[in-house]
Amino acid sequence: MYDYDVFSVESKAEVLAKSREFWNPGKTDFWAETGVDLVIDRRESYFIWDMSGVRLIDVHLNGGTYNLGHRNPELVEAITTGMRSFDIGNHHFPSSARAALAEALIRTAPANLTKVVYGSGGGEAIDIALKTARHATKRRKIISIVRAYHGHTGLAVAAGDDRFSRLFLSDQPDEFIQVPFNDAAAMDSALAAGDVAAVIMETIPATYGFPLPEPGYLEAVKELCERQGTLYIADEVQTGLMRTGEMWAITKHGIEPDILVTGKGLSGGMYPIAAVLVSERCAGWLTEDGFAHMSSFGGAELGCVAALKTLEICSRPETRSMVAYIADLIGSGLRDIQRDYPDWFTGIRQNGVVMGLEFDHPEGAKYVMRHLYRTGVWAIFSTLDPRVLQYKPGPLITPELSEELLERTAAGIGRAYAEVRRSPARSSR
Amino acid sequence: MTPPPATSPVATVSPVAATYRARQMLARAHWAAGAFAGYDQASVLRIAEAVATAAHAQASRYAEWAVKETGFGVAEHKTIKNEACSLGVFERYRHEDFVSPRIDADAKIVSLPRPAGVILALTPSTNPVCSVFFKVILALLTRNAIVISPHPMAKDCCGDAARLLAETATRAGAPDGVISVVEDVTVPLIEALMADPVTSVIVATGGTAVVRAAHRSGNPALGVGPGNVPVLVDATAGLAAAAQLITESKALDNSVLCTNESVLIIEDSVAGKLLREMQRQQAVLLDEPGRDKLRDYLFPDGRLNGEAIGKDAAWIAARAGLRVPPRTRVLLAPFDLVLPEEPFAREKLCPVLGVVQAGSPAGGIEAARAVIRIGGAGHSAAIHSQDPQVIMRFAERVPVLRIAVNAGNSTGSSGLDTNLAPSMTLGTGFAGHSSIGENLEPRHLVNWARVAYNSAPGVPFGDFTQITVGEPPGGPVPAYPLASNLPGAQPSGGNGTGALREQLRALIIEELQQLIKG
Repeated sequence: MYDYDVFSVESKAEVLAKSREFWNPGKTDFWAETGVDLVIDRRESYFIWDMSGVRLIDVHLNGGTYNLGHRNPELVEAITTGMRSFDIGNHHFPSSARAALAEALIRTAPANLTKVVYGSGGGEAIDIALKTARHATKRRKIISIVRAYHGHTGLAVAAGDDRFSRLFLSDQPDEFIQVPFNDAAAMDSALAAGDVAAVIMETIPATYGFPLPEPGYLEAVKELCERQGTLYIADEVQTGLMRTGEMWAITKHGIEPDILVTGKGLSGGMYPIAAVLVSERCAGWLTEDGFAHMSSFGGAELGCVAALKTLEICSRPETRSMVAYIADLIGSGLRDIQRDYPDWFTGIRQNGVVMGLEFDHPEGAKYVMRHLYRTGVWAIFSTLDPRVLQYKPGPLITPELSEELLERTAAGIGRAYAEVRRSPARSSR
Repeated sequence: MTPPPATSPVATVSPVAATYRARQMLARAHWAAGAFAGYDQASVLRIAEAVATAAHAQASRYAEWAVKETGFGVAEHKTIKNEACSLGVFERYRHEDFVSPRIDADAKIVSLPRPAGVILALTPSTNPVCSVFFKVILALLTRNAIVISPHPMAKDCCGDAARLLAETATRAGAPDGVISVVEDVTVPLIEALMADPVTSVIVATGGTAVVRAAHRSGNPALGVGPGNVPVLVDATAGLAAAAQLITESKALDNSVLCTNESVLIIEDSVAGKLLREMQRQQAVLLDEPGRDKLRDYLFPDGRLNGEAIGKDAAWIAARAGLRVPPRTRVLLAPFDLVLPEEPFAREKLCPVLGVVQAGSPAGGIEAARAVIRIGGAGHSAAIHSQDPQVIMRFAERVPVLRIAVNAGNSTGSSGLDTNLAPSMTLGTGFAGHSSIGENLEPRHLVNWARVAYNSAPGVPFGDFTQITVGEPPGGPVPAYPLASNLPGAQPSGGNGTGALREQLRALIIEELQQLIKG
């Protein structure tokens, strides 16, 4: 019996059966077949517990949603206190919480960004960014990278890989063009006609397995955008909030994006909120027609409280320092593991605590994910490049837990290797 | 590639938030301690010397600041303490190695130093900045990280000093976060830090309440209790020298140190002469009405009047309605018997010295014992005498752990004018509810792992002489987190394609530059 006060369930089996019946049979079955029979029960710090009681170290963190840990006590405290004064609020009116968060966001951002538009989640925020770019440039075309992922709402899904759009007849190939990542020449040709509203890119494309931008690539894209009157949208949903050792990863490239999108971790994993930071050049519609984008839950005031506290924690010098320590320890620990499996664990893509681990098998990361799961670590494969495991230790992790994580990771990677070696499907790439 | 300056969003800081923030300071210190524990001796010395030098250079500025902020003490004297607690302490320990393993081939034991980790240092209002200097340098010499929690009355000068030392340490190669300071200290905040599992040891200097709380916290604590120093002058003493030493020691920093003399006990036969000598040192002997007026002022309702703490003698005399010369250094308050109901027999934290007479050295020793019964158990006492018998008997009977002989106690028991370990933190031992009975020194902040061979003669001992432990830092610690595909980032290793990747990278950059120029 699992009693959650407003509801209770008898068993994990009951949850799985009801999920299949009433919720999402495809997802439920996928995980069962993948060997990850996880139904999250307790959660705290960087740990989650399956309903069976098994504890996992979470380095998936839902794309950084749980950057600060699950149910971070500071956030719980802030939101609990916030509930004495706030609810979601009325999105039509100015609000103290929304204004405070907007000011705080702008203070953390590159200097050219001056206004904030709120959404309830990352997808909506991307839609806002793309609509804003179209309004500002009076152009329709949007360029993203091949295998891009920006969410599942109307425009966001069209900008991403067709894995998620064609099923719903939502791909829009005429207006949404994709070019290969790290190919500045392809970007140059795509922009050449001068009819592109915006280039949208994750600073490190997460769902594609965190391939790192080659040195100078993003800088070149920004330069090309400026030359063609095209706006540069930095999708910082996964890379922002100090994960790379800077509040926003794009600033490590010295780039001032025209628009910056944040979500996921901004909520502290506690109350959904996303935000779009725009430059003065892009902010015109907010004066022309402030009601042009409306969202009942966008900028929900409790979300603002969560985001303010999240930003404050991420801004601390202690957090910046810890990210550097963690990146250093875990990076070098992973390189040690790599030396034991040079022809299996073939690459480490790392920027701060954003990491992608490459394996020499078309679905290598799925094997590793499964074995890590059995070894007490939850990390997810990259949907759009299953060779690569997304590996995202939290910025507040302790030295002891980092070491434990590395030990478990070494074991999981070794066991996955043993399984793959036995399997005939192994590719030699 | 230049990172933008760090910015901070607006946020209100509630006491609860401040506590979380301070705990994160410990968490960062925990990382720093881990990195620091791997440093070599040469790097440790370089860092400690840089910090001690920077501290020494600012000794008088912080002395003035501390007096201004707390209202306690004398800037000139605090300067001396700040100097002693910076380069003075460093020089004292620079040749003691707390980093390298110690090999004892005869015993077949290798001892490996194991730093405590994260030190939580509580520093007092009376000795604010010198305590910060002292504890920081001890922490650095032993490769510990330190989080300083200054007394709220001295938080600005201590905070500024700690930040200066932190910046200096990092510039000299110390791990980032190895020194930090808690802002806006509150009681719940300190209690949370003291009980935090990351705190390895608490070094608590301050009032009884805070020291007891440190011991209650559940974490190891090196707490020190209050003093109440008796000083005995017997008939064999050099009276002129004793008079000068006692007066100077009593006047030092307006007597806010826990080592300043509290009650002067004089053998009858030399009392008159000693007191006359002291008067020549600008000590003023009060008559009975004057003494009573001072008692009324200093102990209204029997409790120490806070406004007098750390003030000079002339100021206190004026407040008490006494006429004394303006250059008066010490007020001598005679009384008959050392008894708990006599306020002058207690610690006074200002340049007022209780005076009693004894018919014999033995009587004086019992009087000193009575002073300690009232307060200051395990702390310190002083004696001016040429007779080893009397000195030994004094040491035997008076339950303190350091006895300064023919020296002022404030600089004697703290090791500045004796060969005791120079220290701002005097362990009061079992009698004083402390886990150490000595002056705090670096060795108290490190444990030693003993690698012990089988003692049987047939089992040979290994040769450890060529094995090095600890490394100098290769750059800033931690390294700035560069993307792993950038030059200067750690090589990803393993696949042997580093050089190829480097070439490709150069080609790509070249192409991109052409593209942008084109």
